[in-house]
Amino acid sequence: MFFDAAFWLPLAIMAPLTTALLLFLLPRRSGLLTVIGAAATIATVFLATLLVIQNGAARHTLGGWGAPLGIDLTADGLTVLMLALTAIVGAAITLYAHGYFTHPVHDATARTRYANFWPLWFFLWAALNALFLSGDVFNLYVTLELVSFAAVALTALAGKPAVLAAAMRYLLVGLLGSLFYLMGVVFLYGGFGVLDIAALGAVVTATPALAAAAALITVGLAMKTALFPLHFWLPPAHANATAPVSALLSALVIKGSFYILLRVWLGVLYPLGETIAPYLLMALGAAALLWGSLQAIRQTRLKLLVAYSTVAQIGYLFLLMPLLLAERNNLVALAGVVCFMLAHATAKASAFLSAGAIQLATGDDRLASLRGLMQIMPAPVAAFAMAGVSLVALPPSGGFVAKWFMLDATLASGYWVVALVIVAGGLMAAVYIMRVLAPLFRQVETVEARRVEHVPLSMNLSAFGLAVLAILLSFTGVYVLEILAIGAPWVTEAGL
Amino acid sequence: MSWENSLPLLIFLSSFAPGLVIFVLDEEQHTLRTVLNLFGAVAKLAMVGAMIVGLLEDKVYETRLPLLPGVDLVLRADPLSMLFITLSASLWMVTTLYAIGYLEHAPNRSRFFGFFSLCVSSTMGIALAGNPLTFLIFYEMLTICTYPLVVHRGTPQAMLGGRVYLIYTLTGGAVLLLAVVGLFVLAGPVEFTDGGALDAVAAGNADALRWLFLLFIGGLGVKAALVPLHGWLPRAMVAPAPVSALLHAVAVVKAGAFGIVRVIYDLYGVNLAHDLGVLDPLLIVACITVIVGSLFALNQDDLKKRLAYSTVSQVSYIIIGVATFGLLGSIGGLLHLVYQGIMKITLFFCAGNFAETLGIHKVSEMDGVGRRMPLTMAAFTIGAFGMIGAPPTVGFISKWFLGVGSLAAESGWVLAVLLTSSALNAAYFLPILHRGWFKPQQGEWPEEHSYGRLETHWMLLFPPAITGVLVILLGVFANMPTGLLQWVEILILREYRL
Amino acid sequence: MINASVLYALAGVVLFGMGVYAMIAYPHLLRKILGMNVMGVGVFMVFIAISYQGPEQRADPVPHALVITGIVVAVCATGLALALATQLHALTGSARIPADGEE
Repeated sequence: MFFDAAFWLPLAIMAPLTTALLLFLLPRRSGLLTVIGAAATIATVFLATLLVIQNGAARHTLGGWGAPLGIDLTADGLTVLMLALTAIVGAAITLYAHGYFTHPVHDATARTRYANFWPLWFFLWAALNALFLSGDVFNLYVTLELVSFAAVALTALAGKPAVLAAAMRYLLVGLLGSLFYLMGVVFLYGGFGVLDIAALGAVVTATPALAAAAALITVGLAMKTALFPLHFWLPPAHANATAPVSALLSALVIKGSFYILLRVWLGVLYPLGETIAPYLLMALGAAALLWGSLQAIRQTRLKLLVAYSTVAQIGYLFLLMPLLLAERNNLVALAGVVCFMLAHATAKASAFLSAGAIQLATGDDRLASLRGLMQIMPAPVAAFAMAGVSLVALPPSGGFVAKWFMLDATLASGYWVVALVIVAGGLMAAVYIMRVLAPLFRQVETVEARRVEHVPLSMNLSAFGLAVLAILLSFTGVYVLEILAIGAPWVTEAGL
Repeated sequence: MSWENSLPLLIFLSSFAPGLVIFVLDEEQHTLRTVLNLFGAVAKLAMVGAMIVGLLEDKVYETRLPLLPGVDLVLRADPLSMLFITLSASLWMVTTLYAIGYLEHAPNRSRFFGFFSLCVSSTMGIALAGNPLTFLIFYEMLTICTYPLVVHRGTPQAMLGGRVYLIYTLTGGAVLLLAVVGLFVLAGPVEFTDGGALDAVAAGNADALRWLFLLFIGGLGVKAALVPLHGWLPRAMVAPAPVSALLHAVAVVKAGAFGIVRVIYDLYGVNLAHDLGVLDPLLIVACITVIVGSLFALNQDDLKKRLAYSTVSQVSYIIIGVATFGLLGSIGGLLHLVYQGIMKITLFFCAGNFAETLGIHKVSEMDGVGRRMPLTMAAFTIGAFGMIGAPPTVGFISKWFLGVGSLAAESGWVLAVLLTSSALNAAYFLPILHRGWFKPQQGEWPEEHSYGRLETHWMLLFPPAITGVLVILLGVFANMPTGLLQWVEILILREYRL
Repeated sequence: MINASVLYALAGVVLFGMGVYAMIAYPHLLRKILGMNVMGVGVFMVFIAISYQGPEQRADPVPHALVITGIVVAVCATGLALALATQLHALTGSARIPADGEE
């Protein structure tokens, strides 16, 4: 039993969920509870991951009911990669948040409000794990909403009017998107009579119902993933939230809705792979990359710049859609997309965390005020620089591995224009990252005039650790490819 | 991993690890930083020495780590990499000494020496890279690590120079990335091999290979400062003198030139490149660069800028050598890869000494400097004569081979280019020597520092003295047994598969 | 051939469209939230309509279970949206989202 990955799947959801409930009930014990809860979640996730890598894909029938009536949790290579990513990034952000939210620069009311971070974050963690483990399209809807609710509440935590407005817009766009998705699910069920992804994959054909479902699902999820031109809600929400929340939103929450899009297209909507839809997504991805990068270059505030960088980098995720769908066993293209998610999550989280540390210490996030900070706070600066290397996708870094796979896949299939877009995106990223890094090298006349707040070790450690991880991911390409092959998403036999 | 197979990695780590440690040191931990720096430099030299001895006994040194599916991270010692690595390991040692003296009281030394070490580590990686991907990784790493050195002073000009540097080199890197991936898609995971590695795919892919060659040269040509991709180099002159010395002699510019050598000899193979007809266009570009660089140098009053344009010109001698199909020209090119480094580093050391000791930055301020700083001026003179190609300096040897090689390849016009260039070199170097030695001093020096009995700090004086003497000694004893010339001859015979 | 079930489904689609329009077009938050609920009702109606399997057979039970779940989710969403809207109103005195740039 313990050596069966299926045993651990529900526990990977239960551990953070129980912690979240306990944190609601016992807010005074949050220090201890978060440590135990995070440790338990990480332990279950890693057991599940190791067992899936060792024994292959796993499926857990909740309550023994089984599909089509019951709810199944499934875990293949892609699932465990996302679970592990969430666990690692989540652990770092948990560590960071302990330093950030209790920092003396916050007044007493703010700190009381921030206490709500803990239950909400563990709730989000549970929802994300549930999302990655969900095996049917309706269950994915529910988890999508759960993620969304937790994310909106976390965004609102900052309490300022601007952030409340951003959270409100985020919620409304999210609801719009998920109702589109739900309508698409209705069409899928109406057309094919099942909800389980594997079962659907076995019976789908290119009917009008499938096309309608594809349109609704894609629009809804593109909205939630902030694909250009539906990205307008993202920058204010990500930039105005508190730093740990910004990191969570950019690193993990965005990946949740994209994960659903990827799963549904690869597993269910693939008969439409030869239509114009994937090319449209590719074009929007390219537009997102170029437009988002231009906007990032134009920003004068650090966190807005990083947020627009997310808008740009989401574009990379969509660039390979035609490749993924035209040749459904294009593992290299899939590895490119997945490696990109891993690299972006670690690097972007680190970028937001280090930007947050700088903002907390200086009380200012204008780019102009970064001058000469390198001597004063070297740790966040170094973390941001290393994260930047990965975002620009220079070697050696996780971002480079993703870019390598993407270029390999596109050039091998003759999409050299896409390859050029990928390269151009990297160069534009270099421009906006240098807009942050260059002022740090500027000579300052009066070093001692800069008074900055103390940044706790926990914050520096987590931002730096994630940045180092973003660099070290450069050695993981081979393993990602192997893990992805485990029960690859296009395995269509129902019930595995 | 056996001792032999971990040696290339250890050579890389011998400057990488100290670099990382230096970053976290306090500004005031001067002694520890110096010890780390020198320990790394000495250890590296010792390992390189051991490796040369081993290679002569036909041992194989290869570190291999899995990186991407089908492509490993490969660090391997072969004759060509030994050429470059010996040069950079020895000159790094000298430059470290120089930099310690040069930056004795400057701010941010930990940052400087940290990136300095990473920069040299990247150069080691470039030298030892066994396949195009590994080469690319270290090539880009070099770009990143050099930026903080270029902008080290943090002044507006430094920031501007740094920005121009990054725009050029990152774009070049992106082009190189396309070339490397394109080659991977076309030919699979190829590794650098003596005589070329693409013979298997050459049939039927001639056009694709020509396009890829263009991308390779376009990407590498930025760092090698081929005209018209050279614009960053004069601007990067705002960096502190030891950085300029390293940039021009062993690191950035040389990495680009070395990359071109690698691509032609060990990736395409010189025979295949000749058959594809890609060498002649490259030769023309290199000749234009040689002339244009010299012409620009004529008008520069800023001493370091004049040296920078001189580098643009001189590095393309290497390219002329490798793009000339024939044994003699190739030998000349590879010799110049080493010789140019030693000569140019001497000149930059001297320029740094003038600036640091007397505040002289311009050629027009150099009147009579030879009497105030005779040793430095002597070293500068040797370097300048080397650049002109006068015997008995090393510059004469490489130019001789290049000239004879061009005649042997029946492209006499290249000889004309070489002669014109020598005349131009003389035209921009001799006036400096004339001012320094023969003109009387005009008024006060701009900013004079006194260093007791010596003309300048001993750590600043030794490095150019050593390299200046080398410029002559290596020239006089060029043909000694197991010397550089013989090493290069063996190497070239293997590249031509003779 | 239009039977009751198709009519029902079409009505659901129309409601969905009306909800989308309301969510996008009206600036007042309460209207947006109501629009979201109308959208939801539209989806649920289509869902119920497709559970019809002919006069002789029982309706498919699965959509009913899903709709109940959906209603629970929609109630949560409405609650959260209302809470945020009141909070926004309390802080800014307005129940609209300020356009970009006004913040």
